[in-house]
Amino acid sequence: MPDGTDAVVNFLQQCFNGLVSGSFYALLALGLAVIFGMLRVVNFAHGACYMLGAFGAYILLVEAGVDFWLALLLMPLLLGVFGMALERLFIHRLAALDPLYNFLLTFGVTLVLQDLVKREYGIQSQPYPRPSALSGSVDFGLFSYPAYQVFVLATSLVVCGAVWYVLTRTRVGMIVRASTERPELTRALGINVGRWVTPVFGFGIALAGLAGVLAAPMRAVNPLMGADLVIAVFAVVVIGGLGSIFGSVVAGFGVGLLQALANLYAPTLAQTLVFLLMAIVLLWRPAGLFGREEAPA
Amino acid sequence: MIRYLAESQRWLRLAMLATGLVVALALPWLVYPPVAMDIAVWALFAVSVDLLLGYVGLLSFGHAAFWGAAAYTSGLVAIHTGAPYIVGVLAGAVAAAALAVPIGYLSVRRTGIYFAMVTLAFAQLLYFVANQWRDVTGGENGLQAVPRSLFGVDLSDPFYFYYAGLPIVLLGLAAAWRIVRSPFGRVLMAIRDNPARARALGYPVDRYKLLAFVLSATLAGLAGGLFAVNHGFVSLQEVYWPTSGKVVMMVVLGGIGTLWGPILGALLVVQLEDFLATSGFDGIGIVTGSVFIIVVVLFRRGLWGTTSHLISLWRDRRRPPSPRPPDVDEPSLARELEKA
Repeated sequence: MPDGTDAVVNFLQQCFNGLVSGSFYALLALGLAVIFGMLRVVNFAHGACYMLGAFGAYILLVEAGVDFWLALLLMPLLLGVFGMALERLFIHRLAALDPLYNFLLTFGVTLVLQDLVKREYGIQSQPYPRPSALSGSVDFGLFSYPAYQVFVLATSLVVCGAVWYVLTRTRVGMIVRASTERPELTRALGINVGRWVTPVFGFGIALAGLAGVLAAPMRAVNPLMGADLVIAVFAVVVIGGLGSIFGSVVAGFGVGLLQALANLYAPTLAQTLVFLLMAIVLLWRPAGLFGREEAPA
Repeated sequence: MIRYLAESQRWLRLAMLATGLVVALALPWLVYPPVAMDIAVWALFAVSVDLLLGYVGLLSFGHAAFWGAAAYTSGLVAIHTGAPYIVGVLAGAVAAAALAVPIGYLSVRRTGIYFAMVTLAFAQLLYFVANQWRDVTGGENGLQAVPRSLFGVDLSDPFYFYYAGLPIVLLGLAAAWRIVRSPFGRVLMAIRDNPARARALGYPVDRYKLLAFVLSATLAGLAGGLFAVNHGFVSLQEVYWPTSGKVVMMVVLGGIGTLWGPILGALLVVQLEDFLATSGFDGIGIVTGSVFIIVVVLFRRGLWGTTSHLISLWRDRRRPPSPRPPDVDEPSLARELEKA
């Protein structure tokens, strides 16, 4: 039955594609969720930071000949520092106010970053070569799949797993979770909550930078690559439940998977699916799949 | 004493209104006429966003959906029926209102920052729909050659079209002003300041919010339809997220919850972008984004809000100290500022 096998292979391949694009959703949603949990800030500039990650890798390669592996290490560090500076300089000043102000602030930051890069490099996409070690493909018996995509999926799973482990099994994670849930009480227990705010923000931005570097060899590197993506990630986060770190990762992979299947069976729906899913979730569980109801105002 | 103050306030209001009208009428003499029309429609758009943000406390970051849907509707009506531009613009406003019912119904289930994210996501949904539905919207090419006609009167000169469009804008602004000053508007402000208490008093909070959302979208639609007729084309840009961001920027720059502020904000942002575009500066977002950051960090009351705050401080200093009643018109966001 060659036809039946073809359909199965096709289906499995699409599932893989979905999980790979879900890897990006998950990394970005995880960063947003960690930042939101600790600071109550919805970072609009998350997409711009993802774009900076990809562009940074491209610039490092072209200007300094730095290869993919080093960029994968360097860019998240650089963006983490950038994030911490951003938090100290601006976000911090608005922390006590309505969270909408920081949302607006990060929107302004997005416009500036995006147009700065656009001014230097134009809007056409820049090529970024796949690292040679991952240029081949992996044989899964029924079908083979590009090695680079497998690497992206594995990295994303490992990073999400590591964050999960740190948050649930270590002292640092305990402090971060406690400050997320009950900042006043945590402070009363003698823990310096403020000390953790800046590093956590930097860490969230670093995750966006990591996703950006991972995207460089397989997606178009251009100044606008992050803007549309971050809005889709907002929808992902609403689906998962904004406060829930676990929920955002699961929703990230889930949305990626469903989007790929939509690509196979209902291509016109593929782009809009994430927003339609959000509408359904809002109708059925306004707080998100894994979120808790907001405290009554 | 109190009567004297109230009287002087009334005169101040009337003087402001008169000045505003004179500026509105003289605008095409002062700036390039198509830009004048742009300022007027963006002012109405900004006021529609302020109606929600300043008086209900809901930041819609997806108002481009209503502006854009109305622009497409007006364009299509004008192209396919050749009806007078007023019909097209009104059809656009109706389309925006119809679209606002389901989006509003789902969005008002969340408040605060969630509301902003959800409305933004819905606007992006509409953007992708407009992009894919090429047969109707023209996809990336947009709608070209939208005619503007009025029973055979020649309106091709942007100078005359400004005066044809201005009454619609002024009616929209008057409607917004009326809504804010009505008993309905008072309930909205009560919901903004204390939703739990408003609910306890028996007001159906979500239904009030939904109605405010639909009214706001209708005004945004009126502005969007007029924008389409003014430019003669509709592009995907009209439903794209930077449009939603730009109008919020105008509101914050002018002053949240002031109605006059967003008009001022629209004037400044349109003029600034026009200046940057004509001077050939590549990277408008660097300037507008920086201005926005400065306003959010340093002048959260906006230009109008800061000015009226300074005036009231100055007045308080001249008067013997008396407990000043809380100003109901002051936006809740600005009030948080005082607490901080």
